[in-house]
Amino acid sequence: MNALLSADRLTKYYGSFPALRNVSFTVSPGQCLALLGRNGAGKTTLLKLLGGLSKPTEGTLATQARISLLGHGIGVYDELSARQNLHFFAAFSSVPLAVDAWLERVHLLHVADAPLREYSRGMRQRLALARAFMGEPNLLLLDEPFTSLDDKATALLQSLLEEALARGAAILLSTHQIPEAMSLATDILFLERGRLVFSGARPPEMLDDPTWLYRNHGAAS
Amino acid sequence: MLRQTLAIFVKDLRMEFRGKEALNAAIAFSLVVLILFSFAIDPSVEDLKAMSGGLLWILFAFSGVLLLNRSFSREQANDTLEVLLSLRVSPSALLLGKSLANLVFILLVELIALPVFGVLYNVNILQQPLWLLFTMLLATWAIAIIGTVFAAMTVNLRLRELMLPVIVYPMIIPALAAAIQLTTLALNNEVPTGDNLIWVRLLVGFDIIFTALALGLIDIVLVD
Repeated sequence: MNALLSADRLTKYYGSFPALRNVSFTVSPGQCLALLGRNGAGKTTLLKLLGGLSKPTEGTLATQARISLLGHGIGVYDELSARQNLHFFAAFSSVPLAVDAWLERVHLLHVADAPLREYSRGMRQRLALARAFMGEPNLLLLDEPFTSLDDKATALLQSLLEEALARGAAILLSTHQIPEAMSLATDILFLERGRLVFSGARPPEMLDDPTWLYRNHGAAS
Repeated sequence: MLRQTLAIFVKDLRMEFRGKEALNAAIAFSLVVLILFSFAIDPSVEDLKAMSGGLLWILFAFSGVLLLNRSFSREQANDTLEVLLSLRVSPSALLLGKSLANLVFILLVELIALPVFGVLYNVNILQQPLWLLFTMLLATWAIAIIGTVFAAMTVNLRLRELMLPVIVYPMIIPALAAAIQLTTLALNNEVPTGDNLIWVRLLVGFDIIFTALALGLIDIVLVD
C-alpha cells in the first residue's frame, strides 16, 4: 500500500539544541499512530514538521496527503461566526465542502451566524472539530486532542476518528492520555529526548498497562 | 494563489469591520494629532503649505502602525496561523491578502483624516486629486507591505507593539520622503515635472523592489 507520508532521518535543531534526531517512519492509509513520549521528547516538534509549520534541519519528508491539524488552540476566529469560519477554511479546499451539513453534525446550525464570542467552551471545541474534519483529510495530525474536551465533544471526536479510519484516512495522535489513545491506535511511535526509540504495532500489553512502553523502552528502563 | 489571497483579504476585512478596534483607535489617534497640531501651527502662515505633506505623512505612518500590529497577532489568539500553514496556504498569499487588507484600513484612515486636515489648516485638498490619490495609493502600499512582513516577523515577540515601529519607520523613509514631496506639490496645485519626477520613480521603484523582497522573505519568516 502506498504510504501517505514518509519521513526519512528527520532532524530538527533549535539553535544548538537537538529537538529531534534521525526520526524515520511511514504512515499508511487506515493507520492510527499514537505518538507517545514525555514532555520535551519532541512530539510537538515532529507534528510541526509534518504539518508544514517548520522545516527540518536535516532529513526529508515526502507527502501527498491532504493534511488537517488540530493543535492546542482551537484554530478558529473569535470575531467571525461559525458559518463564516467554516466558509473561510473551506475556501482552501480543492473540493466543495458542505458547510451547513458540518454545522448540523456538530449541533451548531441553530447558532451558525452568532459570533464565536457568544459560544460556550464546548461549542467552540465542536466547531474546531468541524473545521479539522470537514475537508475529509486523509492524514489527521492531532496534538493532545482529548485534553480539556467536554463529554459531548469527546464523544464527537471519538466518532469522527472512527469514521476517518473507516474511510481509509490515517491519524497521528500525540497524547498523554494513553487509555483513550490505545482504543484507537494500531501503531505506536515512542520518542525519548528527540529519538524514536520504538516504532511498530501497538503492543497488546499497552491496553491493560499504559505505562508498559515507558517501563520497557523508556530511558529509565 | 489568487483565491487564497482573496479569502485572506476578505476574512481580515470582515474581522476588523466587525470589531473596528484597531480602526477606531487609528482614526481617533489621527484626528487628535491633527487637532493638537492645529493649535500649535498658525494656519495663516505661508510655510504651512510647504510642510503640509510632511505633517500628513508622519500622521499616516504613525496611525498606520497601530493597524499593522494587529495583522498577524489576530492569527495568534487561537493558533489559526498554524492551521493555515498546515492547509498549505501559500505564505505569499497570506502576505498579499493581509497587506491588501492593511492597505484598505490605512487608506480609510487617510481618507477620513484628509478632509479634517483641509478644514483645520485651511488647505484645499482637491487641487490635484488624481496626483494626491496616486501618491496615497503607492506610499500606503509601501507602508502596508513592509509593515505586514515585519508584523509577521515580530508577532512572537513580547514587545511587538514597540518593536514594529522601531523596525518599520527606518525602512520606509525613502517612500515617505517621496510621498511628502509629491503630496506637498499636489496640495500646492503643482504636478510633478522635471526634477520632481524623481520622486514618482522612487516611489514606484520602492514599491516594486520591496514587494518582491517581502514575497521572497515571507516563506522564511513564517516557516522556521
